[in-house]
Amino acid sequence: MSSDSLFGIHATALKLREQRMGMLASNIANAATPNYKARDLDFGAALALAENGQSSEAAVSYRIPIQPSLDGNTVELATEQTAFAENALAYRSSLSFLQGRISTLSRALKGE
Amino acid sequence: MTMVTNLSIFDISGRAMAAQLVRMNTTASNMANSGTVSGNEASAFRALKPVFRTVMDGDGRATVAVDRIATSNVAPTKRHDPSHPLADKEGNVWEAAVDSAAELVEMMETARQYQNNVQVLQTAKGLISETLRLGQ
Repeated sequence: MSSDSLFGIHATALKLREQRMGMLASNIANAATPNYKARDLDFGAALALAENGQSSEAAVSYRIPIQPSLDGNTVELATEQTAFAENALAYRSSLSFLQGRISTLSRALKGE
Repeated sequence: MTMVTNLSIFDISGRAMAAQLVRMNTTASNMANSGTVSGNEASAFRALKPVFRTVMDGDGRATVAVDRIATSNVAPTKRHDPSHPLADKEGNVWEAAVDSAAELVEMMETARQYQNNVQVLQTAKGLISETLRLGQ
């Protein structure tokens, strides 16, 4: 049994969630940097690419600001923070799916 | 824009916090000098402003660094006050070019953005330690 069929989609999902967290953290870190352009990962597209064994680079795009600022910065903290919170929650749900799978298997192995 | 390799979330938020702290320090010096006067225009205090710059890594992550500390190009205010001990021959003194209201706003914004980075750090730390406990 390969680790792919063991953990299903969740191992890949966790990796992509971690990647997206890094991008959103970068946006929040650059909230006051002139000319910084916020970027985000389209999770659904990235997952589809990863399932075909492709890199997630094609799923990264620049954020379109609701209200562009004069210094050329496109970070909107409200948007970034909600995306970050949502992403953290999704990361946690992937973790609990994995946790469930691991405990199922270990219970089967121990014969409880 | 400079490049570094492999920024972790701790690097991203940690460096951003350091940059915000520099910004907080410039605001503090501007506020501290806001009431000072000088006998000539050249030596009057001018507000300091940090210039932020993006630091990218190869994987699409970015953090921030302070490029330099620039001096504001707002000219000091000339005030006619012959009784002032620092007044020049014409009886003028120059007041520091600091906008106290703008500095206060800057201070609040700096504090909020610092907090945002702390929050990111805490969330990332929590998720990483949960991942480490996976299967236990």
